[in-house]
Formats: sequence, C-alpha cells, structure tokens
Amino acid sequence: MATDEAVIEVHGLTKAFYPKGLCKVVALDHVDLRVARGELTALVGPDGAGKTTLMRLVTGLMAPTAGTLTVVGYDVRQQAQAVQDRLSYMPQKFGLYEDLTVQENMNLYADLHGVPRAERTGRFNHLLSMMGLERFTGRLAGKLSGGMKQKLGLACTLVRSPDLLLLDEPTVGVDPLSRRELWTVLQQLVGEEHLSVFVSTAYMDEAARCQQVYVLNQGRMLAHDTPAGLTRRAQGLCYRVAPPKGVATRVLQSALLDDPAVQDAVPVGGQVHFITSVPDGRVGLLTRHGLTAQPAEARLEDAFMLLLHADQNGAANGRGETTLRGKAVGEDASNTSAAAAEQLAPVPAGEGDQVDIEVRDLVKKFGDFTAVAHTSFQVHRGEVFGLLGPNGAGKTTTFRMLCGLLPATSGQLSVAGVDLRKARTQARAHIGYVAQKFSLYEKLTVYENLCFFGGIYGLPRQQLAARIEAVMQEFQLTSRRDQPAISLPGGYKQRLAMAAALLHKPRILFLDEPTSGIDPLARRTFWQQITRLAAQGTTIIITTHFMDEAEYCDRMMIQDHGELLVLGRPSDIRRRMHLPDADMNEIFIAIVEQSREEGAKT
Amino acid sequence: MNGFPAFLRRLRALTRKEFAQLLRDNSSILMGVVLPLALIFIIGYGMSLDVDRVPTAVVLAEDSPTTRSAASFTVGSRYFSPVYVHSLPEAEVLMRQHAVNVIVHFPPDFSAKLARGEGTVQVLLNGEEATTAMSAQAYVQAAVLTWAASQGAARAGLGQASVVPRVWFNDANTSSWFFVPGILMLVLTISGVFLTAMVMAREWERGTFESLFVTPVRIFEVILAKVIPYFTVAIVGMGLCLVAGRLCYDLPMRGSLWLILGESMLYLIIALSMGLVISALTKNQYLACQVALLVSFLPTVMLSGFLFDLHSQPQAIQVISHFLPTTYYLELMKSLFLAGNYWPLIAEDTAILLGYAGFFIWLAFYLTRKKVA
Repeated sequence: MATDEAVIEVHGLTKAFYPKGLCKVVALDHVDLRVARGELTALVGPDGAGKTTLMRLVTGLMAPTAGTLTVVGYDVRQQAQAVQDRLSYMPQKFGLYEDLTVQENMNLYADLHGVPRAERTGRFNHLLSMMGLERFTGRLAGKLSGGMKQKLGLACTLVRSPDLLLLDEPTVGVDPLSRRELWTVLQQLVGEEHLSVFVSTAYMDEAARCQQVYVLNQGRMLAHDTPAGLTRRAQGLCYRVAPPKGVATRVLQSALLDDPAVQDAVPVGGQVHFITSVPDGRVGLLTRHGLTAQPAEARLEDAFMLLLHADQNGAANGRGETTLRGKAVGEDASNTSAAAAEQLAPVPAGEGDQVDIEVRDLVKKFGDFTAVAHTSFQVHRGEVFGLLGPNGAGKTTTFRMLCGLLPATSGQLSVAGVDLRKARTQARAHIGYVAQKFSLYEKLTVYENLCFFGGIYGLPRQQLAARIEAVMQEFQLTSRRDQPAISLPGGYKQRLAMAAALLHKPRILFLDEPTSGIDPLARRTFWQQITRLAAQGTTIIITTHFMDEAEYCDRMMIQDHGELLVLGRPSDIRRRMHLPDADMNEIFIAIVEQSREEGAKT
Repeated sequence: MNGFPAFLRRLRALTRKEFAQLLRDNSSILMGVVLPLALIFIIGYGMSLDVDRVPTAVVLAEDSPTTRSAASFTVGSRYFSPVYVHSLPEAEVLMRQHAVNVIVHFPPDFSAKLARGEGTVQVLLNGEEATTAMSAQAYVQAAVLTWAASQGAARAGLGQASVVPRVWFNDANTSSWFFVPGILMLVLTISGVFLTAMVMAREWERGTFESLFVTPVRIFEVILAKVIPYFTVAIVGMGLCLVAGRLCYDLPMRGSLWLILGESMLYLIIALSMGLVISALTKNQYLACQVALLVSFLPTVMLSGFLFDLHSQPQAIQVISHFLPTTYYLELMKSLFLAGNYWPLIAEDTAILLGYAGFFIWLAFYLTRKKVA
C-alpha cells in the first residue's frame, strides 16, 4: 500500500452559514487538506475553529459552499453514500443508544456495515478486551461512565476495518486516564490494521501522537507539518522561570504575559513556561526582579500558541491578544511594567487567616446514586481554589451545594461565615455565581444585562450606575455596551457573565467551568483577570476539566466518581506523589491508579 | 452487488433496535396500549350523553285511573327513576334540592280536559343539565303521545296519527356507539403522529442520527424501521379498542370489518407520515410535541366532528375541518360501524385519504435527509 495515496483530498473548501437574523458566518475559508492512507492525521484548533464543520463536510452530512472534496476516491458532493459506506465516523456526541446494551449497540453497527457472523465473534472479543469492556456487554450504554461510553463509541465505529476513520474530539471531557487508554487502543489498531485516521482534538499531547498535524483557527488553516516540524518553530524560544518565594506562580505568569516581549506564558509544574525571542529569556520584567530563566524544551503546544498569537495579530507585530484585550492594550502598554512590578510583590498569604468556606463531611445522593461522597475542605480568604475532575466527577453538584442552589443530603456547609442550612439568602449576598452556560439574556444588550443583574442584587440606582461603569471598564466591555449578548464572541460572553456576578462586590466568586468552550488565548486573559481579582482579596472557587489549569490555583482538589481523591497545593501534591516534574494529567492518572490499587488491596 | 439482501439485513437490524427501545420505554406502551383502553372506558362509561334513570318527580294532582294510566310509562322504565307526589309545590321543592331533574305534572283537571280532547301534561326540566333535559323531554313527549294515541284509538276507534321520533342508525341512541369510532381515530392519531414525531426528534436531539447516517444505511430504511414498530403499536391499540367496544358496548359493525381495518391502516399511514414531517421540521422533542398537539391532536378532537357535530358549526370552521384528513376518516368510520357499506361514500373518502397519504409520505421523504444542520 503506497503511503502517498490520499484518503482525503480537499481544495479550497469553504462553508458559510446564514443564521437567522444574524450576518453570514464563514465556518471554513478556502481550506486545503490532505490525509494520507495508513497515517494518523490530527486536526487541532481552539473551540469554534471549524473542526466539526470540516468533519461533517468530509462525511457528506453537510454540503460545502465551495471547493472540491474527495474522500476515499469519491467526490463527496456526488457520491455521499459511497463515501459513507466506506468510512467510520465518531461524532463528538457519539450517538450510542443509551437504552440498548453494549452488545446490542455493537450488533446494530455490525449489521448495518454487513459484518458476517463468522467474523464478528473474534473481532468483538478483540475490541471489547482492548477497551476493557468485556465484563459489561449486558449493561445499558446509558449506565456506562463517560470514558467507557467513548470507548464503546470507538468500538462501534470499528466493528469492521474502515477505509477511513474519522474521530471528532473523541476525548473531550474525558478523564486523563481514559484518554490515555483510548489512545493506546487507537494506536494499537492503527498498527494492526494500517488504519487511516483523521482525528480532531483540542489536546496537544494527542496531536503529538499523530504523523501529521493541521492547525485550524477561525476557519483558516494556519499550518500543516509533522509534530516535530511544528514544534521546531518554537525551538530555542522557550524558557522556564520559578517565581520568587512567596509569589504565586500565576502572579508571575500574568505579569510575564503583560510584558510586550513575551509571546505566551503558562504555569507548568510550579514554574512559568514562557516564549520569547529575547536572547536567554532575559525579558525586562525578569531582569528587574533579578530572576533568571532557564532554556526549556519546546512543546507542540508552544508552536500552537505561537501560531494562534500570530494569527490573532494579523502577521505578528509583537505579542498577541490585541483583539481580545480590546482597545485597552495601547494605554496599558506604557504602564504595564510598573503595574507588573507592583503585582510581583508577594500576596499576603491567606492561609491560616480567615476561612471563607468550610465544608465538613458533605454528602449528596440522588436516589441510590452518590454524586458527592463525604467531602471536607476549607477555602481561605483571597485564595484561588480549584475543583478538578472529569465530566461526571461531582464538581458541579458540589458547587451547587456551596452556592445554596441544591440542598445537601448531609454534612456541614458554611459560606462567608453563614451556615447555608439556616440562612441561605444571607449567604447569597456575599457570593457571585457564574454558571456553566453563562446565564445571560441573549436578546438584551450588555448594558441591559448588567442593569438587570444589578437590579436583582438590589443595588441602589446611583451605586448601580457607578458599578456598571466600573465593571464594564474592568472587563473592557465599554465598546460593546449596546451589543446584544447573543452576538458577542465566546470570550466576551464569559466576561459579561463575570462582570454581572461581580456587580455587588461579592467576597466570594464561584465559577463553574468558565473556560470550557473558550479558545486558549481567551483563557489566558481570563486567568489574568482571576489573578487580579484574587490580589484584590476576592476568594475564588472554580471548577474545570482542564487538568493543567490546576497550576493557576493556590490549592485544589481532584474529584472522581464523587470521591475526593486529593486536596492541597499543586506543589505539595506533586511532592507527595513523588512526581516533581509531572503535569496535572500525569498526577491525576497516578492518583487514580494508586486509589484503585488501594481499593484492590482492601 | 446483491443490494436486496443487504437492504433487508439493515432493515431488520434497525427494526430490531426500534422494538428493543420501544419495549424498554414504558411511555410508548402507555401511549399506545394503556391510553386507548383508558379512553374507551372513560369516554364510554363516563361521558355518556344518554338518558338513564333520570330522577323524575311525577305530580299526580288528581288521583284517577286515567292519570295513573297516563303516568304508567315511568314505572319500571330504565330511563326514569320516578318519585310520586301530589302537588306541584312538593315537586318544585325536590327540584330546588336537586333531588329531581324532571317534573311531569298531570294537572288536577287532567281527566276532565282529556275527555274534551284538551288534555295537557306539563313537563318542567332542569336547564342546568341541558343535554339530559333535552333527551328527557323527548322521551316524555314520546311516551305521553304513545299513550294518548292508544287511548284515542281505544275510545273512538279512530286512527290517530302522532309523530314518533326514532333515531336512525343508533337505535338505542347510545352515545358510546357514536364515540368508539372517534376513539379509534384518537388512538391512531396519538400513536401515529405523537410517538413517531417524538422518537424521530429524539434521535436528532441526541445526535444518534449523526453516527447512524455515516454507515451504508439508506434514509428509506431508517424511516421504514421507525414506522414499522409504531404501526404495530397503533394496530394493537386499535384492536383493543374494537374488542373493548364490542364486548362492553355491543358496538355494531354493520360494514365490513376488513374495510374498517383497511381504512384505519390507510389513516394510520397518514398519521405516521405527519409525525415524520413534524420531526424532520423541528428536530427537537419538545417542539415536536407542541406542534403535534397543535396540528393533529387538537383539530382531531375539536374539528373533525368527534365531539361537535360538523353540521351545526359555523361555516368557517366547517371549511377548515374539510382540510383535515381526520374528518373524512371519522365520517367513514361512523358510516361503516353504524350504517353499513355505503359504497359512494367509501369510494370518495378513500380517494381523499389516499391523496393525503401520498402527499405526506412524499413530504416526509423530501424533508428527511442524511444531512445535519
């Protein structure tokens, strides 16, 4: 089989949508793509880049606006059915029939693909044992965990060996351990059957496992290369620096992001990993504070971030995020260093001080299902506290109990010194809450939304007007004052939701999955805002399924299946696990495996 | 390529899946089987419009053999449950207490006036119960006239003519007979439009179609596999209604049973296609449910002649109702059950129903595509 043979050949592919009442949206803009037979090809890009649209066009489930599209030798426009006969596709929300068993789901797909009975038994057993599903064949698909559902979805697409396997974000929201297992299976199958795979993902470690990587942003293909080739673009530009004693990693990271010479900065393993073209990483901020950076290995993610920044700036003139930070950037630039220098001063350690949230032996049951099991923790004034875990771990349930939105089955809960069981309303006056889907009124403008939320918090008119101006300034919403919420880009919606939650100057801010569905650049800006708020003394509790975001937190806890797995400072946890350089995904896997071993012993 | 066996194999796999889902989901069984039976018993027993043992006060102000004879129709009648009093005020008290709904008043000079040929009987009715009142009045009238006729004939030996109302096609004027065809129509509409629209919309909503479409499966097979189980459910529901109607209400079937079944299947196909059209347009369970309610269920109940006789409705409503396939199906069913095989009507309505079936099937296939929005 010749490796230069293409299974997908795409030229000038364009797809435009015409949503009702809104202007035309170009989801894909003259995209070229080529997926070679027998290879793993990754499509990476932030949420909303157009990955799913591209996948659907390839499957023939959508018709392109313009361009040519040849898949497994057929023109998709003319012969969609011929293409659909030959490929297997796993959509993001894989359509398992939840009221059918594992076996029945697989049988259905085998029947549809016409897999002969004789072949079936052997192949099913092989797939099931690889996925670790052999014991669950009689279980309803709806009763499987998130990771197991994804594996079953993959098994259903692989009931026969397809000419092309399309996977649309197969691991989104799945825990790191299941993610790793899924990829092991995938790579094994690619090896055994010389599968051609086209997979979209938001995780760079997954893209690094592929032979070819395409980078898509806002409907445009930014780059295409091997993972190593892409990574080389960031080679020699990456450095790591440890924060001075007593300074939170996120404070240094935020300050570095503000430095015009720095392209990108993220907290990694207690240090700040940053990208700059300044020799030896001697950026102004670090020299002023007497910090020296060590050169670091470039990662695929660094190359990706460089590409995104460059794209955002329209051909890179310095550092990125112009569009995201709005017009404030220009004014900021002059005094960033001063502000940054000031920010680098150690934050007075909140620990041991006032306890803002106290949770003791919290339990929540829904019928015989335990969503949260015996959880205890404390959050101190001015702390950034992270609740981490995969989808279905119990994060949102814990959260809703803390906000007084859901009564606890048992246990003690006090927020801002108020017992939630006795005085829910009183406690609510001290908290701001940003829900997962940003509960905004889409038809109302930015200003009207803020007025409404200020009204329900009962702010007096004059004070409200002043606060609205203040939060609009703080979140750079002033220029979008009269725009309806529905027309705001994702990052702005999130800011508006935060602005609304902060109108009444709450002591504690709750954020439920604020960064899901938001592109990496907007996530950086978001964490800078969080850093600023925390420095002002606001206590922040945040849930996320991005394990690496734990690095921004002062302390965190990881939940899985309702159980509290670990609680503490990221650095302490790393030390405890004897994995000083591990990232949070590795930590999670180590912790789960350890708790399973302990479970097996007892 | 041997396309035919592949088609059957995929159809069998999909149909098996639909049946498995149907059997595990109680709500479909509830809607398809339990609801029809509940309807037939509730409507059949509870919503009767018939006069049955109406509490009646019979005022015999003059206790004479003539009056007693004239009032004898109330004795042992299944229509009346009489109380005998001797003055009108006594009866009025009973009426005010709601102890009786009808007063039949034989005045003190009844026999004397009767002898002169001027005998009158006063009937007082409780207008709050309008339907019962109307029926009761008709019964009393008929009974008294019959008695008067026999009296007149006996005395004068002359033939006296009197109008005796007779209700055609529904001899006993049993309203449950009138309702059963309507319930059949309801059952078919509910299982057809509602269940189909909901299960299709569910697949759109849960994204299961997206993975299903990227297989060798053809859209025709997907649709057919959806239709088969719900067709079965509806037929079972209809069968139960027929059996229940026969056993509990002695429902007559003057027309051919095969015609009844055949026409019902034709109507069911229309209902199923309407369900498919609704789901293809909405792709959302909640919306599908609302639309199905608005365009199928409510018009079926209100406008087809099920509850309200079409002939007594305003012109505009009549026009609207003639756009509904249910109107023709109901007309056909009533005729087949209660009147017999009247071929001109059967031919006309069948042609109209076939037209609707063709239109909705075409629309369903036109709208359901292997595409995602």
